[in-house]
Amino acid sequence: MLEVKNLHVYYGQIHALKGVTFAVKKGEIVTLIGGNGAGKTTTLKTISRLLPSKEGEIVYKGENINGVKAHDLVKKGLIQVPEGRHVFPLMTVQENLDLGAYTRRNKKEIGQDLEKVFTLFPRLKERRNQLAGTLSGGEQQMLAMGRALMARPELLLLDEPSMGLAPLLVREIFGIVTEINKTGVTILLVEQNANMALSIADRGYVIETGRVVLEGDAQSLAANEDVKKAYLGG
Amino acid sequence: MAQQSKEKINWDGYLTLAGAILLVLVNVLLISGKMPAYYRGILGFVGINIILAVSLNLINGITGQFSLGHAGFMAIGAYVSALISIHLKWPLYLALICGGLAAAFLGIVIGLPTLRLKGDYLAIATLGMGEIIRVVLLNLDITKGARGLTGIPRTTSIYLVELVAFITIIFMVNLMRSTHGRALLSIREDEIAAEAMGINVTYYKVFAFAAGAFFAGVAGGLFAHLMGYIAPKNFDFMRSIEILVMVVLGGLGSITGSVIATIVLTILPEALRGFAEYRMVLYSALLIVIMLFRPQGLMGTRELQIEEVRKIFSGGGDKDARD
Repeated sequence: MLEVKNLHVYYGQIHALKGVTFAVKKGEIVTLIGGNGAGKTTTLKTISRLLPSKEGEIVYKGENINGVKAHDLVKKGLIQVPEGRHVFPLMTVQENLDLGAYTRRNKKEIGQDLEKVFTLFPRLKERRNQLAGTLSGGEQQMLAMGRALMARPELLLLDEPSMGLAPLLVREIFGIVTEINKTGVTILLVEQNANMALSIADRGYVIETGRVVLEGDAQSLAANEDVKKAYLGG
Repeated sequence: MAQQSKEKINWDGYLTLAGAILLVLVNVLLISGKMPAYYRGILGFVGINIILAVSLNLINGITGQFSLGHAGFMAIGAYVSALISIHLKWPLYLALICGGLAAAFLGIVIGLPTLRLKGDYLAIATLGMGEIIRVVLLNLDITKGARGLTGIPRTTSIYLVELVAFITIIFMVNLMRSTHGRALLSIREDEIAAEAMGINVTYYKVFAFAAGAFFAGVAGGLFAHLMGYIAPKNFDFMRSIEILVMVVLGGLGSITGSVIATIVLTILPEALRGFAEYRMVLYSALLIVIMLFRPQGLMGTRELQIEEVRKIFSGGGDKDARD
């Protein structure tokens, strides 16, 4: 579904990604884990074309998307939930969700998807007329994910969904990620909380200073001594 | 609490009603010819300022792009339409449209490179643009430089100003209610999220810039044909600031707010003439007081609703307050 080959990205003089290569197959949950500043978010932003790449190839559904604009990817079913949630604070929950379906015209399908989002996140339904800026952090994360679902993603890029959330909420959010995956959405998950991420993922890649240093299925990564020491706290 | 919000709604409705009655009264006076020329002049400025403020609100308030160059667009519209009237003798409406289109074109040309900038940086870039336009007008032969352009046919009538102001407001209201309006608002709220939702951020920013510039250009054309004389100093930096103050005071993003603030701020300096040299001191003091007590502007991001008037007549509003 997605193939990233030898990706190089610079922030001015700083060489942030030094040849990242990985792949996501249809129906999988794949996670990129790694410490602060390893290049996880940079990788996601480059895939969703919010950042330009200097070298390398990004192939999505067999098409090279290096030259595609960020907003055009949404129509192709590649949707990103940005880090830090980024809800529209002065709009209501409902208006936020409506904007998720911005590129779509079929009212009936949009209505069906809205119901699906409300089943996944009942709390959003309760608060549909509340301003998004007044929601709690966890609810904002749910809204950001719900809004992305309104665009009917085939591949969903999740950037740090656990950021700043209480452990109980993190578990809830990750449970929902699994449910979303079961409806046929492929998921690429970037996470600092390696424990949680590996517990729901099929496969994982460990990124360190702009390079993939380790890859494998989630169980074997979670059992790996180096990974344990560096990211799993023991 | 419920009591409080109820009062607020009624207040909105009465204000709309008062505005409608005022509009009718003003027009009755105008048509009957009983209005002194001095008041007619002020009325013309009110209308032109409404067009300017509402169109700047599209850029600054609704799309959230801080522009300080509105007087520049107004100047382009004023000079282009005036020159067309003088040299080509085209009818006024054609001259106005050409002035607006010239301003919109400039808006696109300038918007494409500068709209990558954000906040303070965009403000400085647009400020520079406004000044460049003024200096160019000051040095061209065809504009007669600092002496100004004379002999522009004074064909602008108050009714035409009212009509254009009305069209501008209708355009903005319809835009706000459309998908395009939503896209513009989402850019103000969160640019990254807007892009991630598939909104072409660059396109919409340039669109807002061009549409805002178009109406500013038309307002400039109306101004030129109202005064019969224009000079670059009519369109200096202070002019941009004046319009900006109206938008901020009315509430960024509120169209009715812009209209109310424009009426107040255009009439106020005239009304304060009795205080002679203290006039501008009082004017500035009032601005400070309003900003202290209503930092979000008179209307915030809300709008006056006709609906509320109906509720007054049908026996009081309900407590469906939005904030």
